[in-house]
Amino acid sequence: MFDGPEPIYVQIAAWVRTQILAGDLADGDQVMSTTQLSTTFRLNPATAAKAYAGLVDEGLLVKRRGIGMFVADGARDALLAEHRRTFYTDVLDPALDRAALLGIPVDELVDHIRGHARTTPGGDPR
Amino acid sequence: MTPQPFGARLEGVTLRYRRDDAPALDNLDLTIRPGVITGLLGRNGAGKSTLAALLAGWRRPIAGRVLVGPAGALEDPFENTWTATGTQLVRESGDHWEGTAARDTLAFHAEVRPSWDADLAEHLVGLFGLDVGTHPERLSRGQRSALGIVVGLASRAPLTILDESYLGLDAAHRYAFYDVLLADYAEHPRTIVLSSHLIGEVERLFEDVVILDRGRVLLAESADDVRGRGVTLTGPAADVARVAGDRPVLARQQLGSTTQVTLDGALSADEHAAARAAGLDVGGVSVQDLFVHLTGGAGAAPATEEER
Repeated sequence: MFDGPEPIYVQIAAWVRTQILAGDLADGDQVMSTTQLSTTFRLNPATAAKAYAGLVDEGLLVKRRGIGMFVADGARDALLAEHRRTFYTDVLDPALDRAALLGIPVDELVDHIRGHARTTPGGDPR
Repeated sequence: MTPQPFGARLEGVTLRYRRDDAPALDNLDLTIRPGVITGLLGRNGAGKSTLAALLAGWRRPIAGRVLVGPAGALEDPFENTWTATGTQLVRESGDHWEGTAARDTLAFHAEVRPSWDADLAEHLVGLFGLDVGTHPERLSRGQRSALGIVVGLASRAPLTILDESYLGLDAAHRYAFYDVLLADYAEHPRTIVLSSHLIGEVERLFEDVVILDRGRVLLAESADDVRGRGVTLTGPAADVARVAGDRPVLARQQLGSTTQVTLDGALSADEHAAARAAGLDVGGVSVQDLFVHLTGGAGAAPATEEER
């Protein structure tokens, strides 16, 4: 856990974002304290605090004095909106560039997207 | 109540053990931030133990000055009872009371350390399965290390220096030690200086990192900066060279037409994007890897043994 190349606080923040996005942490849920985070994952408490401070600045977590740290109201919606904004530039465009490099025709891609959506729960069947 | 953590400052510090020897510490400038866990890294003979002994006031420099104490009230620690009361140095050798039961070593520290926590000491004795009825010199190396850890943590000293003092512990007990250290530090913040050769195991515990090399400070910065400092680039040699620019190359590997370089210096966002556009693989460099590259790789062994 948290042994990727990025700074550890960046990885912790990404992990919390993923949990919120996946619904494992709902709006209003209390998150682990920095001490719990530090002892659970064996890392410096200041590193854990730095990750949380960034998430508070982004409006995803709120601190309630003396009680702890909680997921902010609307955090998941905000994250979803952010991911939708960057989906084309960060996810789809690189895949399409690669498809062009491999010479895959556009029609084939469109067919694939339709077929994939039909077999994916929650996908659009049209 | 937890006392104010101690910070430390070294200014132009030189220490030589014998007149004709190379200095163990050579015109060293360094600040240890109060309330922070600092990793003190260096190869054998780099000067780690000498630095630890200076901070603890066990030695004095032949030039420069050493200052230790709470923010705004730093003092020369040499023969200084007040700073000595707040400074706990645990060395690998243990410095335990020999010829008498280990519990007498603990009783001594309980007497001289105003912040000694008897409950924590008892908890740690149980955790490490330490037989306090045995004389320290008859304990196994692991048990002697454990005794040092009990002293180091239960003292709750405003400045705690653990100089390779836990290397005798087996892996399970080392991880138990890291866990207790973090939990107790979170509740009772204090200044902790931890030196170790097991960098991969402990680097995540550090907030600051100091790397010594041949008596000089090679690097002193936050652990995040150390992790963000190096970068590896992998791909066709020409593209790698273009993105690398004039950054110092710490290591280079050639695999057919693919080159991998380890660079000292982070990439800007634009350079990162350019690297990805060129199809290069961009990776990070761990504190351990950076340390090995900066201190001369696996080459010649250092000439001097770490001195006490």
